[in-house]
Amino acid sequence: MSTQREWPLYEVFIRARGGLDHKHVGSIHAADARMAIEHARDVYTRRQEGISIWVVKSSEIVASDPAEADALFEPARDKVYRHPTFYDIPDEVKTL
Amino acid sequence: MDTEALERQFQARIDADERIEPKDWMPDAYRRALIRQMAQHAHSEIVGMLPEGNWITRAPTLKRKAILMAKVQDEGGHGAYLYSATETLGVTRGQLIDELLDGRARYSSIFNYPTPTWADVGAIGWLVDGAAIMNQIPLCRCSYGPYARAMVRICREESFHQRQGYDIMLQLARGSDAQRRMAQQALDRWWWPALMMFGPPDADSKHSAQSMRWKVKRFSNDELRERFIEFTTPQAEYLGLVIPQGEIDWSEFRDVLDGHGPCNRERLAARRRAHDQGRWVREAALAHAAKREARLREAV
Amino acid sequence: MSAVLPDRHFLYVLRLADSNLVLAQRLGELIGHAPALEEDLGIANVALDLLGQARLLLAHAGVLEGRGRDEDMLAFLRAEHEFLNATLTEQPNGDFGDTIARQFLYDSWQIELYGQLAQSADPTLAAIAAKALKETRYHLRYSAGWLVRLGDGTGESHARAHAALERLWPHTVELCDPDDIDAAMFAAGIGADLATVRRGWDRRIDETLAEATLERPATPPWRWYGKRGEHGEYLGRLLAEMQVLQRSHPGASW
Repeated sequence: MSTQREWPLYEVFIRARGGLDHKHVGSIHAADARMAIEHARDVYTRRQEGISIWVVKSSEIVASDPAEADALFEPARDKVYRHPTFYDIPDEVKTL
Repeated sequence: MDTEALERQFQARIDADERIEPKDWMPDAYRRALIRQMAQHAHSEIVGMLPEGNWITRAPTLKRKAILMAKVQDEGGHGAYLYSATETLGVTRGQLIDELLDGRARYSSIFNYPTPTWADVGAIGWLVDGAAIMNQIPLCRCSYGPYARAMVRICREESFHQRQGYDIMLQLARGSDAQRRMAQQALDRWWWPALMMFGPPDADSKHSAQSMRWKVKRFSNDELRERFIEFTTPQAEYLGLVIPQGEIDWSEFRDVLDGHGPCNRERLAARRRAHDQGRWVREAALAHAAKREARLREAV
Repeated sequence: MSAVLPDRHFLYVLRLADSNLVLAQRLGELIGHAPALEEDLGIANVALDLLGQARLLLAHAGVLEGRGRDEDMLAFLRAEHEFLNATLTEQPNGDFGDTIARQFLYDSWQIELYGQLAQSADPTLAAIAAKALKETRYHLRYSAGWLVRLGDGTGESHARAHAALERLWPHTVELCDPDDIDAAMFAAGIGADLATVRRGWDRRIDETLAEATLERPATPPWRWYGKRGEHGEYLGRLLAEMQVLQRSHPGASW
């Protein structure tokens, strides 16, 4: 039964309001980019959830490997001096 | 790391209420159980469009028609969210649909019951969506991230479904003798199947214990069923309708699940027909996309 | 404005309402049976828009008529010959090619019509048209996109799209052929100029058919106009189904 090639999978990103980033909401299947926008609109914005849509073929997404999470993200953990709360500034010093 | 250590680490993450994401390591059994449950859930939404869809063309007012269309459309949307979440586990929607159409996959047996009157549309919204919401709210916190996120979206949208169903029942209960009779008969028809939606009694539920350990499930079948009865009873009283008395007939549940319900054949036949009749359309869209890409390449 | 032939004004708005209602009813039959899940949602969105427009137009028609008929009385308690929808809209869903061709022919007409009606001297009609115009732009994007895919898809889809256009074409004749109601409403500044609508419609049809590699069918003589209440055999069944509860429970509330 499954001899037919499926429509490719697209990931859908939606900007809910002006001023916000596009956020991943899920995926849809579509045969082409124009259809992907329409399907994303019909599936994910039935209740005014968005003002802008991005779609990208799922196969085009490059993701980091969770097994490499330590190598990628641990090194940032001990760089506490990157955060403003690391520094003790006397109360008398203002607007810093 | 050996499998045993990975499994210990995995269970520790679950116990700490962490969410599991698609590319994280997970035991095969967890993946399989999720695919089975999520696909079943997605199929239920899609097959669930049919009994109510049966009344779109006959809704008694234009307002009711619009509400019903929007509701049936939402069910399709919920199916889409759930297929999308299931596809993150490494299966394709095409595979899942094939399993539904050739009878290997299951869907909620409630949708094998017919909707002979308009009151059935009300009873489905009130009872079936009511039971579904009760089952689904705990899933918003389930351990698998994409499933939990899909469920948050679904639960947010579902809240109007139950209310519109009760609103239909209320109007019927306040109506003519014929309308009240229609409402009572629909309650009689849907009460037991709705209670069966929570699954077999805890003692006979073969997947429950492991699902609880994995935090895919958070309450037992019987707990949820009792809560549903407690919530629904006063709602029926307010309508002036009588809840049927007696015991759940679990042999009916098994028979319907095994394909011997009043509409099992029609439901699957409808899905197969749509799939088969849509084949040339889906192929045409792919063929057109390929032509367009080839033209673009030539132009470069 | 209301001094101008109130009966014609009522009938004019009723025609617009009926076409939307009947097409929404047809699309409603399809929800749950489309070629792909996402298309179920797309078709439902178009159906919901058309039904919404029909309700606004019916309510407005009821006010113009002044006999206290609301949207439901007009939708559920009129007989077949009292329905004034274009016969295009009552044609069965057929295969997806028929559904898309019907939608495309209708959307291409409606977008031109609404563009003019948004400037109508009837402020209610103008407001409805302005709102509907945005919806129609999306409907046309959807139906034209699909017609191109089917026309320029596989051999089978091309043949089916071609057959659908041939089958539906006679029902487009009435869309741009003004009768005395159209003429009177245009003269009063309420209705659209169908000669202008026709030019826009022709252009849109030719552009999309060219992209879809489809031939424009020849226009046959055709004299049965739904807008005058002259229907084929499909509408009666459609209404029998749609009206069944209202007809079998007179006076009931739902």
